[in-house]
Amino acid sequence: MSNRVLMKGNEIIGEAAIRAGCKLFFGYPITPSTEIIEYLAKNLPKAGGTVLQAEDEIGAINMCYGAACTGTRVMTASSSPGISLKQEGISYCAAAELPVVLVNVNRTGPGLGGLGPTQSDYFQSTKGGGHGDYRLIVLAPSKAQELYDFTLEAFDLAEKYRNPVLILTDGFLGQMMEPVELKEKPTSPEVDKSWVVDGARGREKRIIASYSLTNEIGEANNLRWEAKFNGIKEKEQRWEEFYADDAEYLLVSYGTTGRISKSVVLNARKKGIKLGLIRPITLWPFPEKAFIPYKNKIKGIVTVELNTGQMIEDVKLAMDCCVPIYLYRRQGGMLPTETEILEFLEKQFKLSTEEV
Amino acid sequence: MMDKVLLAGFGGQGVMFIGKIFAVSGMIADLNVCWIPSYGPEMRGGTANCSVILSDEEIHSPVIDQADGGIVLNQPSYEKFLGRIKPGGVLVINSSIVNLNKIRDDIKIIKVPATEIANELGNSSIANMVCLGALLPHLNLTDYEKVKKAIYEVVGEKKPELLELNLNAIKKGMEH
Repeated sequence: MSNRVLMKGNEIIGEAAIRAGCKLFFGYPITPSTEIIEYLAKNLPKAGGTVLQAEDEIGAINMCYGAACTGTRVMTASSSPGISLKQEGISYCAAAELPVVLVNVNRTGPGLGGLGPTQSDYFQSTKGGGHGDYRLIVLAPSKAQELYDFTLEAFDLAEKYRNPVLILTDGFLGQMMEPVELKEKPTSPEVDKSWVVDGARGREKRIIASYSLTNEIGEANNLRWEAKFNGIKEKEQRWEEFYADDAEYLLVSYGTTGRISKSVVLNARKKGIKLGLIRPITLWPFPEKAFIPYKNKIKGIVTVELNTGQMIEDVKLAMDCCVPIYLYRRQGGMLPTETEILEFLEKQFKLSTEEV
Repeated sequence: MMDKVLLAGFGGQGVMFIGKIFAVSGMIADLNVCWIPSYGPEMRGGTANCSVILSDEEIHSPVIDQADGGIVLNQPSYEKFLGRIKPGGVLVINSSIVNLNKIRDDIKIIKVPATEIANELGNSSIANMVCLGALLPHLNLTDYEKVKKAIYEVVGEKKPELLELNLNAIKKGMEH
């Protein structure tokens, strides 16, 4: 375990990016994501890369667009209002099919919001965010090791599908220090890079542009992207199950509340309640497949979220609304305790301990 | 087994630092560790707090509702965290500057005149280490030797002249 170190979540993302071969980082600081640009400013140049603080978030995302066109591994990071500013650029990156890695250390909203942990950007992250009909691959880590592993993998996924990949985390995970094993990066799979623009001397010109005003070409493009997104949906759904096998009730939760929910499951089991957890790891594609075996098996679900109920819509679709599905949420930067989640579940499903 | 600890005081009193020492001592013992700072828009003179969990199994929820132990270095922290120690737990209080206007008899309260002891040792800024020492014997998963190694690891290279001072402060605290 010699590579086991104690690091802050945001710094872990920075370190993983360097080890993934990220050579360019463009960003504009915003709490609670600032340690990412700080860490990279200090350490990326030593690895032969460059960090540039752009004039603003819009500048940063468009620099990412340009850098990704050359086939260079590139990342940007921000927090919610900053990610909102980047949305136009992200949409262009999706249209030009550019492998950019994005990090959103979600802060509360709407508006300026606060710095506490939240999942208020679930819709923005998974349903497009910017204009046009596109999707990001969205990864939701819940602990230090996943911040590291998912960041490493995000670069591979982005290149494999030529699509922006978003790592969605929050200030709690970003500021927390936990041990992380800085594993060697597995060799990246070979990907087709015949599309990059890195100088056309001696070969045919290539064009990367988001430009098609002909409806027929527009539809052909949309169909191509749709096919790509369907392929990702088929192949990349990821989730973790925790005591779900024999569960009568399920919690569904990701990220920070995903790990709190694990403690809830253990507490419930001690009381004789057969509770399990499905923790989505990819928020898009949403792990619909995870729910298939439970459709006719369980009595009900509680989603635990830090918003007014966003992921619950995807859970209801995945379950065809065949069982009661309730939301337990905290907002504005507050986190639920294990006790209050379990009390809510017991109340909704009338599971007072006397009856169990 | 787990130690869940809450640490609080004025910004500048070294609350985050003693949290880090606890966390690094857990790393040295190959434990699972989780250190969480309060990261609101705090400024010098405001209150700061952090929580540390040491565990020999995986730490799922990092949120401490009721802590096994705590250190409060100032009055606002005392008032805020007195109710956050679980029955049977331990709270170390910097009695030099905290007025114990409320009290609980279901937890062990350790009053340490930490600021005075720190002044006697010749450095007013190590009251935090005195309190760390007072809490240390009540934790399950770390001890003086591990904390000593942690201090060498964290401050050793930067400020070797402060090593002995820190260790003396911890020993003084352990007498309480």
